[in-house]
Amino acid sequence: MPYTSEKPAIAHDTQQLRQTIPGWGADLDPRTRPAVPKENYVPRKAAGTNGDFPERQVERYEREKSTEHKFLTPVFGTSCPPRGLSGLVRRLAYRRYSEGRSAHWLLLMLADRIDVMESIATAALRGRPDNPVTEMGLLAELKGNAFRSRFGQHRNDWKHVPFDVLMFSGKWFLAGAAIVGISRAVRRSRRRRLFG
Amino acid sequence: MRAMVYRGPYRVRVEDKAMPVIEHPNDAIVRVTYGAICGSDLHLYHGLMPDTRVGMTFGHEFTGVVEEVGSSVQHLKRGDRVMVPFNIFCGSCFFCSRGLYSNCHNTNPNASAVGGIYGYSHTCGGYDGAQAEFVRVPFADVGPSIIPEWMDEEDAVLLTDACPTGYQGAEMGDIQEGDVVVVFGAGPVGLFAAKSAWLMGAGRVIVIDHLDYRLDVARSFANAETLNFTQVGDIVQHLKEQTDYLGADVCIDAVGAEADGALGQVLANKLKLQAGSPVALNWAIDSVRKGGNLSVVGAYGPLFSAVKFGDAMNKGLTIRSNQCSVKRHWPRLFEHVKNGHLKPSEIVTHRIPLEHIAEGYHLFSSKLDNVIKPLVVAKAA
Repeated sequence: MPYTSEKPAIAHDTQQLRQTIPGWGADLDPRTRPAVPKENYVPRKAAGTNGDFPERQVERYEREKSTEHKFLTPVFGTSCPPRGLSGLVRRLAYRRYSEGRSAHWLLLMLADRIDVMESIATAALRGRPDNPVTEMGLLAELKGNAFRSRFGQHRNDWKHVPFDVLMFSGKWFLAGAAIVGISRAVRRSRRRRLFG
Repeated sequence: MRAMVYRGPYRVRVEDKAMPVIEHPNDAIVRVTYGAICGSDLHLYHGLMPDTRVGMTFGHEFTGVVEEVGSSVQHLKRGDRVMVPFNIFCGSCFFCSRGLYSNCHNTNPNASAVGGIYGYSHTCGGYDGAQAEFVRVPFADVGPSIIPEWMDEEDAVLLTDACPTGYQGAEMGDIQEGDVVVVFGAGPVGLFAAKSAWLMGAGRVIVIDHLDYRLDVARSFANAETLNFTQVGDIVQHLKEQTDYLGADVCIDAVGAEADGALGQVLANKLKLQAGSPVALNWAIDSVRKGGNLSVVGAYGPLFSAVKFGDAMNKGLTIRSNQCSVKRHWPRLFEHVKNGHLKPSEIVTHRIPLEHIAEGYHLFSSKLDNVIKPLVVAKAA
């Protein structure tokens, strides 16, 4: 017990483990493990060059970057350039706040939500509206033994399922209510203009 | 090409998308044969990761065939079958030259805190991922390796993330012979961490989760003892009793940001009041013995989480954490696979066509049909 110097006998006999578990102890010596020591300095030339710094990727649009980078990294991703209102918020987050500031991340989270709303609208206008049923993969409920997977188990996530449903479906109801409210207000205002 | 695109929290669909192109002389374009859905993809899917943009393609675990190479690529050619680490890394910066490939400084302009990762939001560099027919692979001379002739391709795709991450989780625990190791999380990474703990000479391995079917696999695949935390009340108290009130020598957090087990933490996470639910991390801090080692491979977001750091400090813990530097572990892991110590593909439970990936995400997110590791099969293969 920990109140005396000897370690309690709380583990199995290692000789027995060596015989019963395939490969037991194959990496026993920490010095031979692949990432020991944590840092192992082996300098290399930059790939595809004879120099120390990689060739730069062409910047086809003003690429946002963290203020904690001295300059734009030589290689970067080009998926989904910032656009629209969400893009403005993202550029603000990157331009004004370092990664050490909560404002940086909170603005990016806000931009994500704006992005979703912008995308729902533009997809509908382009004739490819979102379909929550297929996009949420709900057909998996019919194929995935949904009942047996959830009931008669000892799952802990059931406790917050009602909250999940409310959080997710609530925004669609709010969006629907907003659309109905706005169209009613527009119709009322037109009637007033026509009939005084 | 056909590609999965993110449409918002809990919503993805497959669309026609422009083919990726060579953007840099050391790029390659790879035709994906196998992809996978990772537990960390669920953080993106659930809208928890900042700067996850609508239209992005996820997927950071993949194998494929080289379709095209840039002008400076020397080690790969069209037709090569490759396995690609989830890290995008240059090999030559301060961090890469010290073996910290997951911390590359030349591939992620959006955040200095992490290197580039395929399909993992703009916080990790803004690269489209491999849940698609084709993917752009930067630094093709550095990251990808040709799949050995003797290796099963499903083992290869598990070696691009889940298996080495679990292995590094155990390695960062600095396991000594006879140590008691507790692994929080019986997902793919936790299962590989448990298995790897034996390779490093553990004397006892205990895996914790709330999903009975995963604990069954922890017993059969990883030869571990298991505990369902919903059945024992106070898991920390229980572990102390199991270890004669000493605590474990090593605890590994293989759960990350969406840990279940404390409703308040979970709800705070869902309301974006914190970056992740650190339930498993706090249990690990409290369950490890004083002076013990805590290894964190579960992924968390960049904002704050309510972590019991006072306990960690007062107990004198050594805490190691990182995203896995995958390629650094390949030589050793290839040996283990060849010697029969590891068969990563044993935990694959589902093979989902790309066109049905939305159902795959729902299945994985809701933990239906005893899912442990779903692979994604791209049509172009």
